[in-house]
This record gives sequence, C-alpha cells and structure tokens, in this order.
Amino acid sequence: MFSIKNKEFLITVVIGALSWLVALLIFFPIFWMFLTSFKTEIDAFATPPTLFFTPTLENYTLINERSDYWHFAWNSVVTSLGSTFIGMVIAIPAAYSMAFFETKRTKTTLLWMLSTKMLPAVGVLVPIYLLFKDFGLLDTKTGLIIIFTLVNLPIMVWMSYTYFKEIPKEILEAGRMDGANVLQEIFKILLPMSKGGLAATVLLSLIFSWNEAFWSLNLTAFEAAPLSALVASYSSPEGLFWAKLSAVSTLACAPILIFGWLCQKQLVRGLSFGAVK
Amino acid sequence: MTSTKTKLGMPFFLVSPSVLLLLMWMIVPLSMTIYFSTIRYNLLYPDDNGFIGLENFEFFIDDPGFLPGMLNTGLLVGFTLLITTVLGVLISVLVNRPFWGRGIVRIMLISPFFIMPTVNALVWKNLLLHPVSGVFAAVWNFFGAQPIDWLTEYPLTSIIMIVSWQWLPFAILILMTAMQSLDQEQQEAARLDGASPFAIFRYLTLPHLSRPIAVVVMIETIFLLSIFAEIFTTTGGGPGYDTTNLAYLIYTQALLQFDVGLASAGGLIAVLLANVAAFFLVRMVGKNMTDA
Repeated sequence: MFSIKNKEFLITVVIGALSWLVALLIFFPIFWMFLTSFKTEIDAFATPPTLFFTPTLENYTLINERSDYWHFAWNSVVTSLGSTFIGMVIAIPAAYSMAFFETKRTKTTLLWMLSTKMLPAVGVLVPIYLLFKDFGLLDTKTGLIIIFTLVNLPIMVWMSYTYFKEIPKEILEAGRMDGANVLQEIFKILLPMSKGGLAATVLLSLIFSWNEAFWSLNLTAFEAAPLSALVASYSSPEGLFWAKLSAVSTLACAPILIFGWLCQKQLVRGLSFGAVK
Repeated sequence: MTSTKTKLGMPFFLVSPSVLLLLMWMIVPLSMTIYFSTIRYNLLYPDDNGFIGLENFEFFIDDPGFLPGMLNTGLLVGFTLLITTVLGVLISVLVNRPFWGRGIVRIMLISPFFIMPTVNALVWKNLLLHPVSGVFAAVWNFFGAQPIDWLTEYPLTSIIMIVSWQWLPFAILILMTAMQSLDQEQQEAARLDGASPFAIFRYLTLPHLSRPIAVVVMIETIFLLSIFAEIFTTTGGGPGYDTTNLAYLIYTQALLQFDVGLASAGGLIAVLLANVAAFFLVRMVGKNMTDA
C-alpha cells in the first residue's frame, strides 16, 4: 500500500519525467542544428544520422572566410536596438495617456493600432520599395529601423498600456499633488513601477526585429543586411551544404537565443498582456 | 483654467506621434496600392500604364491560385491555432507543479520562439524532414516503416507542423504565466471535496485560462495570416498551389511575374480579409483584453 506521501512523490516523478520528455522533444531541432554545425558535410548527410562523430570547426572557419559574420551581426544589433529604442520612446507616452486619460475613443484607437499589424506586408511591399528608392533608404540601416519601429509599435503601445493600467491612478495623483510634472510622473513613478512589464515589451520587440525576414530580404542587399539575410544566402543547395547551413544558423540564432535564456524569467513574468488577473 | 486646458491637450499630444506614424504607415502605402491596383502596371512593360478599372481584381480572383490560396490561409491559421493552444494548455498545466529541473525544462520549452522563421524552416526541411537523411526518416526506418517525403507528400501538413513548432512556445509562455496566478487553495479545496482531476481542469483551470487563451489566439492570428518566410524557404508554395497562401500568391505575382497592378489588387484583397478577420477577432476577444 502506498501512503499518501508516496503517492504524491510518485506523481511528481511521473510529471517530472513527462515534462522532461516533452521539453527534450521540443528542443531537439535546436540541439540537432547545433550538433550538425560541428559535423563534416559527409557526416551531416549520413544515413541514418549519426550522433557520434569527430567534431570539426571547419564550417565556422569557412563561413568566416566566405562572409563577414560581424558585418551582418552588427547590422542586426543596430537595427533591433535602434527600432526598439525609438519604438519605446514613442509608445510609452501614448500608452501613458491612454491608460490614465481614457476617453471613449481610447479602446477603438488601441484596437485600430493592433489591426494595422494585420496589414499583410506583401500587400504594401511595392509602394514601400518605391518610396524607399525615392528617399534613398534602400539597403540602409535607417530604412530597416523605420520599418521595424512601425511594425512593432502597435504591440509596444498595447503591452505598455496593459502594464500602466495596473498602476492605481491614485499614486500618480499623489505625485501630481507633490508637484511632479508629466516627465517626472513618467520617469519617477511610472517607469520604475512597471519595469518588469516594460522589460518584457523591450525583449519581445528585440526578438521580433532580430528574426524579421521579409522586409530585411526585400529591402537590403549587403550594406544593411542583417543576419536573417545572411542565413537566406546559405539556403540554396550547392553540393553538400547542411553542416555549413547549420553553422550559419547557429551563429545567427545564438545571440538572441542566449539573450532570451538570460531574460526568460522577465519574459515569463512580464508577458501577461494584461490577461492574467 | 490653464490647468484644465493642459490636461485636455496633453494626452492628445502624447498619443498623436504613434497614431500619426501608424496612420501614415497605413494610408500612404495603402493609397499607393489602391492607385496601382486600378492601372496596368507591369515592370516588364513600364510604358503601358493605362487606367483599367477593376480588371486587376477580376484577374486576381480568376487566378487558379486564388481559391487554394484562400483555403490554405484558413487551414494554416486554423490548425496552427488549434495545435498550439491545445498543446500549450496541456504543457503549461503539466509543468505547473514543481519537479526536478523545472527551470531547464522551461527554457527548453520556450527556446523555439527565439529562432528565426527562416532558420526554423531550413532546419526542418533539411535536417528533420528530409526523406533520406532526415531525423524523421531515421525514426520511421527504426520502426520498420517506409520513410515519408513530408514536403512532397504532405506539404501543407509539414508547413503547419513547422509553424506550430515556432508558435507553441509563445502559447506556453503566456499560459505558463497565467497558470502561476491560479488559485492553489481553491484547487486544493476542490480536491478535498472529491473533485476528479479532470473536473478540476474543466471547471477551475480552463475558465482561469480563457483570457490568456484569447490573447494567444489574437496575437497568433495576426502573425499567422501573413506567414511567408516558412513557405518561401521550404516548398515555394508548391507542389502546385498546395502550400500557397494569400501572402505567397501576392508575392509570386508581384515579384515573379512583375505585375505590380495585379499584386496590388491581391494586396488589397488580403487587407480586406485581414480586416474581416480583425473585426471578428476583436468582437470575440477584444473585450477580454482592453478590460485589463
């Protein structure tokens, strides 16, 4: 006979084992990509796939010879950080006034902003391309930053709005009584109180910008091309290419993946979208 | 007096940059698209730019890819939503209790969300689904089954699988957060009253998750309606029109046939559909989310 304590223990073990199994299955493609990047092309194509092999760094050295990784990585960093920063500077005041000076139109405006995200990028690619050509923005980091900012702005406004909504109005009013102006209200009261949520917003925007492929591929050639474009240039088969592809993919994903791992606590806590109460 | 005036003017002043920017982002390209859609505009014949009314729309709707494109867009969004929310709920319930290594399990579960769609598609196409040297083929062989050429035989299923892998972590991320605010004492009380685990799940956990599920559905739909990179890097819309969604159909017309007029007409139809979808989504879940 199991005592209740034993039964509890057994349930924990089963749930733990099952969770590990699911997690390993979901993580497997990433692990496999990482592993394959250290194989020779022959090993990478072996049937059945090999788990044990002599690791080699030749793919990484080859990629560095063929294309300048740091050039693409720098473009990714600049465009992601730039668009996220500008986006937040525009989004926070908007979210502030929506959350604390609500009018009849606030909700409509908010939902309208979100619906602009449903605008299919392909539908407006040609006009944007032509405008970029006229303004000399093609293949520039500035151009990409503008696009990424616009694409992510609705989500930033909405997320910040939901975090600000959780702050009691009275706190701001108390601040105003003490003579705080709008800027002080935002910087001294609002931002510190919602920093967890805003951090999650920043993270999400960074992830979306870093991984964006459609606009990056269509609006850049080399000068401003980010890592997603570098990966795409390795996507067409030229003989055996799996190991090189895996290596370049690992290089392209590693920064944001490690960054995501370090910040996952923030993400898990902050990504409630106001849905958790 | 002045204080009331600033109070009225200030919020408007603060919201206006983002509203203006988004208005421009919508209206400028959209009006250009509307203009292009009513003229003959093929990059191969740059001098022939006459007004042709709604001809582009007729051509686009008559295109053999139009109906499959609509259907595939619906299937792709529908099934991915179904898979990611159902699995997302199950997994977030599963990992809610403490067990050994839960931190690492969580990190592994959400990792695919950080991977670029292009990389995701390429890894699945070449390393996993390849009919000869892919991991799936090895598993099939191990069980003595005939390996499947996924992307040729079940192209849309494969795309749904790839996209679901990408978006499942997002569902898990949000639902996991929501599970943490679940009332443990209530659950415990229900258990002591003899409620079955299923009943607890059905009557306590699921209602608690309804709002986060609405959020997942809303955000995923926004992104899934315009899935592009995954199709572009795996099947190229084929075989035939089997994996062509609306976004991809417009792309083939704009960039492969150089027909800007036709592509603009398609773009407008896609915009229209997105608005219809947005309308229903907002009615369904919008209330949930703005009542924060």
